[in-house]
Amino acid sequence: MEALKDKLESSFLVFENELNGQALGEVHNRRKEAFERFVESGFPTKRHEEWKYTNLKPILKHDYRVFLSDDNTVDFSAIKKFFLSDTDTYKLVFIDGYYSSWLSETTHEKFDICTFSSMLTKYRDVAEKYFNKALPKEEALASVNTAFAKEGAFIRIKRNQTADKPVELIFITTDHGVETMSQPRNLVVVEENAEVSILERHQSLSSKPVLTNVATEIFALRDSRLNYYKIQNDVHTASLIDSTSVKQYANSSVTVGTFALGNKFVRNNLNFFLEEEYTQSYLDGITIIDEGQTVDHHTLVDHKVPNCYSDELYKGIYDANAHGVFNGKVMVHPHAQKTNAFQQNNNILLTDKASIDTKPQLEIYADDVKCSHGCTIGQLDDEALFYMQSRGIPEKEAKALLLYAFANDSLRNVKIPALRKKLNRQIANKLNVNLDFEL
Amino acid sequence: MLKISNLQAGIEGKEILKGIDLEVKPGEVHAIMGPNGSGKSTLSSVIAGREDYEVNGGNIDFEGEDLLDLGPDERAHKGIFLSFQYPVEIPGVTVTNFIKTAINESRKAKGEEAMPANEMLKKMREKMSLLEIDNAFLSRSLNEGFSGGEKKRNEIFQMAMLEPKLAILDETDSGLDIDALRIVANGVNKLKSKNNAVIVITHYQRLLDYIVPDFVHVLYKGRIVKSGDKTLAHELEAKGYDWIKEERVEG
Repeated sequence: MEALKDKLESSFLVFENELNGQALGEVHNRRKEAFERFVESGFPTKRHEEWKYTNLKPILKHDYRVFLSDDNTVDFSAIKKFFLSDTDTYKLVFIDGYYSSWLSETTHEKFDICTFSSMLTKYRDVAEKYFNKALPKEEALASVNTAFAKEGAFIRIKRNQTADKPVELIFITTDHGVETMSQPRNLVVVEENAEVSILERHQSLSSKPVLTNVATEIFALRDSRLNYYKIQNDVHTASLIDSTSVKQYANSSVTVGTFALGNKFVRNNLNFFLEEEYTQSYLDGITIIDEGQTVDHHTLVDHKVPNCYSDELYKGIYDANAHGVFNGKVMVHPHAQKTNAFQQNNNILLTDKASIDTKPQLEIYADDVKCSHGCTIGQLDDEALFYMQSRGIPEKEAKALLLYAFANDSLRNVKIPALRKKLNRQIANKLNVNLDFEL
Repeated sequence: MLKISNLQAGIEGKEILKGIDLEVKPGEVHAIMGPNGSGKSTLSSVIAGREDYEVNGGNIDFEGEDLLDLGPDERAHKGIFLSFQYPVEIPGVTVTNFIKTAINESRKAKGEEAMPANEMLKKMREKMSLLEIDNAFLSRSLNEGFSGGEKKRNEIFQMAMLEPKLAILDETDSGLDIDALRIVANGVNKLKSKNNAVIVITHYQRLLDYIVPDFVHVLYKGRIVKSGDKTLAHELEAKGYDWIKEERVEG
């Protein structure tokens, strides 16, 4: 861990040198501040309250290459399967951190769907207004990302516009023969009364360990609507640390769906900051993992103002020796009256070796609120299994059907039919069955 | 069709069935009656293949095959259907999808193609009208929030869809009001043919007014202590089970 920290420290100097003229100004000041915070704090260890259940050491012990060359190319045919099929979308594709105009489909017409780097040069005002204004300062991994923030997606849907098709963000890491690390940075601004749906995924094509440390900032301005879905179904040599922060303004409605089915290791830090009244926030998650996999969801819904609604539903299925973490914090500040905040985390452990640490954390300082939380950890219902078998459904299919039904309601806010279909299929694959699963 | 010989079974080391003999032929309706704790539900569970029960002796032959070697799903594929006394709630799985999966898994096991969607729908409509079931029922989660009567009607609806050779109705009358009872019984009667058979397990004679049995067996302390025709059921209704118990003691 220390070795990687040292490497990042020296890499930052290289990074600054290569920025040339851009190493000046407000944006870079924020990078430097973030970098200094990281140098100060270092990587979090299990002694940190927020990292109590998850050990980063095995992930950070690798000698990751931090700057990748852009030598490798990727054919569309090799990554076609990562895209939604039969659905027209805008696409932002990055290969080893470099934007691939060849594989992408962008626009600047009624809204901006382009790269983070072009936003930095073209829309300096936007960068200054939003860059690193949503991510919490104390998250070390987000700070590292901020320090090196250079490339990723920029999506700005302008006032009163509805994006005519969903946006797909695909980040590919190719094989460089060594362990590699990438740090994409995304900025999403959905302006007043605008609307968009976004899908994000990270895929490794490398045979070596890959670490992605992604950070995304989302600003949902007044009356806007945003659906943001993450498919986390990468190969078992890939690790993902995702820091996403959402700022919501009056009457906006934001859904973030996190579907963790793959990877060796995933940590999600998902924060919702409710800045103005009458917002709606939906946080949905599904985790289905098995041998050697860890998925850790940390969420925060920060009810700073009155009259906001938040609803969180995370489901987990753990097989073999898989380890899950759910830490859901809901903060209701003293004057945030008439808050409605709901949280539910349900888990099924399929073996004795699988484990889940679940910690609902409600801190309520207002008195006129409706808040509820619940968490369950259970096994499959034997009586239900027998019932299904007695009607001719074999045990394996019966189990899968029960598990699928268990997880399925976390897909409640998936509004893109092609994505729903894809997720259904991925879940069915993960459960190792071939059933007509459109329930 | 079904031949049970000297069946002994129990649960958690406790012996419940102490040597049951029963033969059911195609076209027959058998009623198994008996006081609480006599082993009625154990018998139905063992036939359907519930794993909690240990079979300690005897065998169950179904159309020339030893049932005890088969899993519950395989027994269903052979044409055995158990209507549960307490149907299980399965949130998130709709009635339609459950039945569709059950039918197609059975067909798959027999090497048949999945039933075409339009044929499935037609069949569902037909059986729903037979059991006076509303359309909205199909898209509800299986048994979730169903009333007692709806659950039982759903069981018979599944039976109608699966068309078993041998149906075992375990306390199907419990929790039913008289109207629901009549609808359910009427459904069962319409599904009866000379090729299939029904075993009705019940504590009371009430259901047997509607589903008229060819044979009535009295189960007591894990044994069939008396068999007769439908008049035996009336006798039990009139006199209760005590005289059976006394007869046993005297015998």
